[in-house]
Amino acid sequence: MAKQGTGSGLVGLLSADEGSLADQWIDSVVGSLKGRISKAEVGRELHELYGALVEALRAGGTDAQSQEMSETRALLTELSRNRARQGFTPTETAISVLALKRVLEPALNGGSAADVAAYLELGRLLDDLALFTLETYARAREEIISAQAVQLMELSTPVVKLWDGVVAVPLVGTLDSARTQVVMEKLLQALVETGSEQAIIDITGVPAVDTQVAQHLLKTIVAARLMGADCTVSGIRPQIAQTIVALGIEFGDIVTKATLADALKLALTRSGVDLVTRGGDQR
Amino acid sequence: MTAAWAADEEPQTQNIAHNDDVVRARQQVRTLAQRCRLSLVDQTKFITAASELARNTLVYGGGGELRSGLVEREGRRGVAAVFEDSGPGIPDIDLAMTDGWTSGGGLGLGLSGARRLVDDFVLDTEVGRGTTVTIVKWAR
Ligand SMILES: Nc1ncnc2c1ncn2[C@@H]1O[C@H](COP(=O)(O)OP(=O)(O)O)[C@@H](O)[C@H]1O
Ligand SMILES: [Mg+2]
Repeated sequence: MAKQGTGSGLVGLLSADEGSLADQWIDSVVGSLKGRISKAEVGRELHELYGALVEALRAGGTDAQSQEMSETRALLTELSRNRARQGFTPTETAISVLALKRVLEPALNGGSAADVAAYLELGRLLDDLALFTLETYARAREEIISAQAVQLMELSTPVVKLWDGVVAVPLVGTLDSARTQVVMEKLLQALVETGSEQAIIDITGVPAVDTQVAQHLLKTIVAARLMGADCTVSGIRPQIAQTIVALGIEFGDIVTKATLADALKLALTRSGVDLVTRGGDQR
Repeated sequence: MTAAWAADEEPQTQNIAHNDDVVRARQQVRTLAQRCRLSLVDQTKFITAASELARNTLVYGGGGELRSGLVEREGRRGVAAVFEDSGPGIPDIDLAMTDGWTSGGGLGLGLSGARRLVDDFVLDTEVGRGTTVTIVKWAR
C-alpha cells in the first residue's frame, strides 16, 4: 500500500495550491518560449495537461508508461508535434514539462519528509514524461523532414509538355531509386494524359551517371516503350559520355542526343511535324 | 595503399551505412578531385568509380568506411579513396570482376567499370573477413 500512499502524496503536492501552481508553470513556460506562442494557447495546453496529470495520479498511475497516463501522453504528443511544426528547439519543447519541477521546488523547503519523497517521485515521473516528449518531438521532426524530401522530389522532377505529342523530363541532381520511381511514374502518367508518343529525358543536370543511375534510366525507357512511346535521352555531356563508355554501359538502340534542342527536333520529325525555316534565315 | 598520403594532411573518413552516405562519399571525393586539379573528365571518372564502390560497400559489404585524401608519388599528386568493409568478402574475384556479372540485381559493371575509370585499382578481399578496394587517379 506504500505505492498508493506516495500516489496520493503526489496528488497532494500538485493540488496543494492548484491555481497558483498551474499559473506559475504557465508563466515560466511562456517566458522560455519568448512570446512565440500566446499565453492563452500555452495556458490552454498546460491546464489540460495539469488536469490529466492529476487525474492520472489520482487513478494510481505513477509510471510514465502506465495505462493511467495515456491521456497525459496523448496531450504531450500533441504538444511536442505542435512545437516541432512551429520550429521550436528540443529544449524549448522539453521545458514545458520540466518547468513544473522547478515550480514545485519550494515544496522542498520546510516540507515534511513525505513531501520530499513525493517531490522526488514526481520528479522522476516528470523526467520520464519529458523524455517521452523529446522522443515524440524527434519523431515528428523526422516525419516533417521526410515529407519535405518527398515534396522536393516531386518538385524537382517536373514533366513538361514541349509540343503536341512530346513530353520531356529535365532531371536535376542525384537520381536515387526513390526519385527514379517518381520520375518514371510521372513520365508514364504524362504520356497517358497528354496522349504523347515522344518522351525526352534530359540529364544535363545530373552530375554523374553511375551504373545504378543508368539502370534506372534504362528501366524508365523500357516502361515508356511498353506504353508505345519513343524515348530519347538528351544532355549527355562529354565527361559523362566518356565515363559511361569506360564503365561499359550499353544504351543499346536507345537514341541519345547532345542537347534537348536536338532531341526535340528529332521528336518533332518523328511525330510528323515539318520544320520549315523561312527564307533567308540559317538552317 | 599504393602511395603515401600527402604529408601535409590527414585523410578524411566517411561512414557508409545509409543511401545518403553514398551521396556524401561522392561529395567528399568530388571536393578532393577538384582540389587535386584533375580535368573535368578525370574528376567525373573518379567520382563515378567512388560512387560504384561506395554502393558496393553498402549493399554487399553491409556498410563500412571510406577514407580519402590527396596522395603523392615521385612528385606527382593524386587523389585516393579506400573503401573498407568487414562484410562477407568476395569468394571468386575473377568472377566478380567480370563485366556483367552480379550476385544481386545490378548491371554487374561496378567493379570492372571502376577499374577502367581509375589509374590504380587494388582489390583486397577475403571470405569472412571483408573487402578493401583502393583507387587512385593521378593529376596529369
Ligand atoms: N564489398 C563487397 N563485398 C562483397 N561482395 C562484393 C563487394 N563488392 C562487390 N561484390 C560482389 O561483386 C559483384 C559485382 O559487383 P559490381 O561489379 O559492382 O556489380 P553489381 O553491383 O551490379 O552487382 C557483386 O554482385 C557482389 O557479388
Ligand atoms: Mg556495384
